[in-house]
Amino acid sequence: MAAGFKTVEPLEYYRRFLKENCRPDGRELGEFRTTTVNIGSISTADGSALVKLGNTTVICGVKAEFAAPSTDAPDKGYVVPNVDLPPLCSSRFRSGPPGEEAQVASQFIADVIENSQIIQKEDLCISPGKLVWVLYCDLICLDYDGNILDACTFALLAALKNVQLPEVTINEETALAEVNLKKKSYLNIRTHPVATSFAVFDDTLLIVDPTGEEEHLATGTLTIVMDEEGKLCCLHKPGGSGLTGAKLQDCMSRAVTRHKEVKKLMDEVIKSMKPK
Amino acid sequence: MEEETHTDAKIRAENGTGSSPRGPGCSLRHFACEQNLLSRPDGSASFLQGDTSVLAGVYGPAEVKVSKEIFNKATLEVILRPKIGLPGVAEKSRERLIRNTCEAVVLGTLHPRTSITVVLQVVSDAGSLLACCLNAACMALVDAGVPMRALFCGVACALDSDGTLVLDPTSKQEKEARAVLTFALDSVERKLLMSSTKGLYSDTEQCLAAAQAASQHVFRFYRESLQRRYSKS
Repeated sequence: MAAGFKTVEPLEYYRRFLKENCRPDGRELGEFRTTTVNIGSISTADGSALVKLGNTTVICGVKAEFAAPSTDAPDKGYVVPNVDLPPLCSSRFRSGPPGEEAQVASQFIADVIENSQIIQKEDLCISPGKLVWVLYCDLICLDYDGNILDACTFALLAALKNVQLPEVTINEETALAEVNLKKKSYLNIRTHPVATSFAVFDDTLLIVDPTGEEEHLATGTLTIVMDEEGKLCCLHKPGGSGLTGAKLQDCMSRAVTRHKEVKKLMDEVIKSMKPK
Repeated sequence: MEEETHTDAKIRAENGTGSSPRGPGCSLRHFACEQNLLSRPDGSASFLQGDTSVLAGVYGPAEVKVSKEIFNKATLEVILRPKIGLPGVAEKSRERLIRNTCEAVVLGTLHPRTSITVVLQVVSDAGSLLACCLNAACMALVDAGVPMRALFCGVACALDSDGTLVLDPTSKQEKEARAVLTFALDSVERKLLMSSTKGLYSDTEQCLAAAQAASQHVFRFYRESLQRRYSKS
């Protein structure tokens, strides 16, 4: 009977739960879904991570290749993210060129990388003016159940922490690059940006980590990306109902706690992986 | 038929330094707005902020493709064309921001199963482009007579490395700044409708408060420009 009511009046069904300060899946308004992360599962990629936020699953693979730097930045490498939302993850996506959602997510991840300075592009330089590393970060969503931006940011961070670049020397006689696959080193990750997404309901209520259905019923969304010093890398609010300054401050404090949780989880996973 | 209105909006009195047109306080550049300049769209507006200029045209409410129609509201579409080159992923991201902002204010339920299309063309970019696009879109929607629950305006601010806030930054100020924040605020309660930020910063409250104060000037400019237009005819 409840299922019938849910189909006919989804918003009313939802409001009944919100009145009791909880959600249909039993979570509180400020509670995140269970987050699990698996690092280093793809052996063919230089770095990889799989993140599950409840049902939302995103896998990130990082491949490093050589490239010639551009003339106006001869000592800077490139980090090229791409988010793919294939028809596999949800019925709303069709096959073909990337839709708007995928493009917006790709631009968001590119902005986070650029704003947070997660990797110093100068670290990716092998020989100024001649050879630099380019890191292709491919994020593929395997299951879309809302809050794709948080999952993608986490997957990207975990994968970059897993990337090992081999040592490259330029042979002076032949001017060719020699790759020493036996000597690999991790990337220097300077900051750890963590995203926290909120959905706005009925212009007043804010809930954390919306599922797919909640995102559909929400009147607005907000994503805050914070690094460990409490600095904001990105305050992404793509329209939707208005928010007052006070509500914004509440969201920021929630984002700070989330950052601590995520960082702890990631440190645990990396520590458990080290003896290889 | 055309109305051109200019105004100088200032928040604090300038010190009158000759080298930079604005002091380290908060003041907006010279605004200008021209409405109803294109003959084909239902509404059009050109918004100028200093040297940044955006032309907006609105078609709607018009017929919508069955695949895109929503049974109880109007379908809003935003197309943003850059000055040079083909539209890319960055334009798609901006289109989404502008579209969601417009969806929050436009009363779509009055025109179900129709489409409202906002087309924006960047004429020149000298900083604060997203804010200028938002202002142009709002003026064009007003010119087209699309019912809205509030007006909205875009305000950009830049934070440089020593923490000073500059409103409505030029391209040079944007490049040198530590962070550039663009906000869209509504006219009724000055609530935050849209926010898009670039760079690393920690003080949102101060920027938001400054943007809210600046938005008063922008809304006053809207009101004056519309009053002047309708009082003559």
